Amino acid sequence: MKKTIEGQAYVLGNDIDTDQIIPAEHLVYSLTDPEEKKNYGKFALSGVPQESAGLPDGNHAFVDDGKFESQYTILIGGKNFGCGSSREHAPACLKIAGIQAVVAESFARIFYRNSVDGGFFIPFEFQTRVVDEINTGDTILIDVEAETLTNKTSGKSYKLKSLGEVIDIIEAGNIFEYARKTGLIPR
Amino acid sequence: MGMTVTEKILAAHAGKESVAPGDNIWVDVDVLMTHDVCGPGTIAIFKEQFGQNAKVWDREKVVIIPDHFIFTSDKHANRNIDILRDFVKEQDLPYYYDVGTDNYKGVCHIALAQEGHNRPGEVLFGTDSHTCTSGAFGMFSTGIGNTDAAFILGTGKIWVKVPETMRFEFTGTLPPYIMAKDILLQVIGDIGVDGATYRTMEWAGDAVYKLSMEERMTLCNMAIEAGGKNAVIEADDVTLEYVKQRTDKPYTIHHSDADAKYYFKKTYNADEMVPMVAKPHSPDNKAAVTECTDVKLDRSYIGSCTGGKLTDFVAAAKLLKGKKVVIDTFIVPATREVEEDLYKTQMDGESLADIFKNSGALMGEPSCAACLGGPKDTFGRANSNEVVISTTNRNFPGRMGSRQSQVYLSSPYTAAASALTGRITDPREFLNN
Repeated sequence: MKKTIEGQAYVLGNDIDTDQIIPAEHLVYSLTDPEEKKNYGKFALSGVPQESAGLPDGNHAFVDDGKFESQYTILIGGKNFGCGSSREHAPACLKIAGIQAVVAESFARIFYRNSVDGGFFIPFEFQTRVVDEINTGDTILIDVEAETLTNKTSGKSYKLKSLGEVIDIIEAGNIFEYARKTGLIPR
Repeated sequence: MGMTVTEKILAAHAGKESVAPGDNIWVDVDVLMTHDVCGPGTIAIFKEQFGQNAKVWDREKVVIIPDHFIFTSDKHANRNIDILRDFVKEQDLPYYYDVGTDNYKGVCHIALAQEGHNRPGEVLFGTDSHTCTSGAFGMFSTGIGNTDAAFILGTGKIWVKVPETMRFEFTGTLPPYIMAKDILLQVIGDIGVDGATYRTMEWAGDAVYKLSMEERMTLCNMAIEAGGKNAVIEADDVTLEYVKQRTDKPYTIHHSDADAKYYFKKTYNADEMVPMVAKPHSPDNKAAVTECTDVKLDRSYIGSCTGGKLTDFVAAAKLLKGKKVVIDTFIVPATREVEEDLYKTQMDGESLADIFKNSGALMGEPSCAACLGGPKDTFGRANSNEVVISTTNRNFPGRMGSRQSQVYLSSPYTAAASALTGRITDPREFLNN
């Protein structure tokens, strides 16, 4: 597990559902074939309406045309991030696009669980509503151990919610490594 | 301290006397269901983690139901069916409902019920968020991702955080023009799209117990639209009557204790319910149908696990019989069994299928179809700026295809009434005549 994560923020609003994260028509690609799975990066967040794509202004492409990775590596969200479908393609496509952390006011249950158990990235929660204080393109530094987020562009720092009991799975890497570590499945 | 029905089921599957909300427990899984969208990814992780020659933990407990992208020329989608087929053959799995055969069923949540895989007291996980539908059978059921499903395939176990329970009780009698969908849209509108996050939605009360199994499935189906982990209705005679016709396997009936602890309780008077819609672009954007009668529509869509069961089509047929639709109207039975019933079920000497055809509605093949958009050639997919009234479960931006389309969610009664007028229409305008 990385001690710090630094990158450019891409900011989204409340109730970002999995159809916005990865529209269903794209769920046909292999998640394992190295070439085919790049499509998930290409289409990550392609369902977000233009006006809310990259707040506060909107109209910021998450992944530029013809590219498979985003220049943004930290997603900032409002309430209920990842609501909707159980499709693991949602956290997977964000990771394939280069996302290293999602920090939201709150998460929908299955998306949160998939992020942790699949080991895609750490889903952090703010202690208060912060999404309105970060602009797309701001430079963000997350101190994983101290559980803080600093917006280097504005100079403001925020305490994040403790990861609680899922920290053991996050530290192990994913649910399988956690189960091996604790003896539930053989190494 | 007493326990809720959900807590009792989870305790029994964790080998514990009791559990409390917030406990992290490992449970034994009775059924794992997957489909064509998430099955291939699940299988890949299973092989990566447990080995190329690994066997599933119990072949009798794995159910694979292709249903999402079935009637399409998309080569990747069709390749994904082949991956399921190869895995089923390799593992010799008895419960696979293959595309292009007589054994094809259709939408997994309804097929699970019809094929006897839903049994009171059991624990069922599925790689689909609407797996909560099965809670209608007094069981614990919820949606998971590929990784968790692969873990279950290899071990038969998964960790669960015991949810708090919210109880929604409906006293009195539902008016004849109200369906389970109206109740749901009211409740989701009241608590919001994250109002039940991490929690159980327990449905109870005389008006709920009077509902058929199909209507109960509708009620449990959209718990996820409030963020719920699962939904549950205690099994009763109606449940057992349905289950006994579909399976000989044993089951266990659990009841919530009188002193069970609830996070939240609310009682509704069923007699006061009115036809509801969810306006674009969120299932909690509620309005009474009477507030939306000036909304002009391009399309009516009746189908999906939420609104494509026989009960839903009987309701639609009551309104469409002897009349003509004035907008494009799509009829998509959830499963082959529902489709067959459309031909077998008569209403005043005319089959439901004939009622729909004679009304000018278009009938599609059983599958998830346009509920979630899907490949461009999907039946009923919104490909432009259509305004749609739909009996499905989600109206997120672009959910039914185009990001420019607008979707209103409603009951089958309201979707059928609206098909006859081209605007959002209260079914009472037709049902009272």
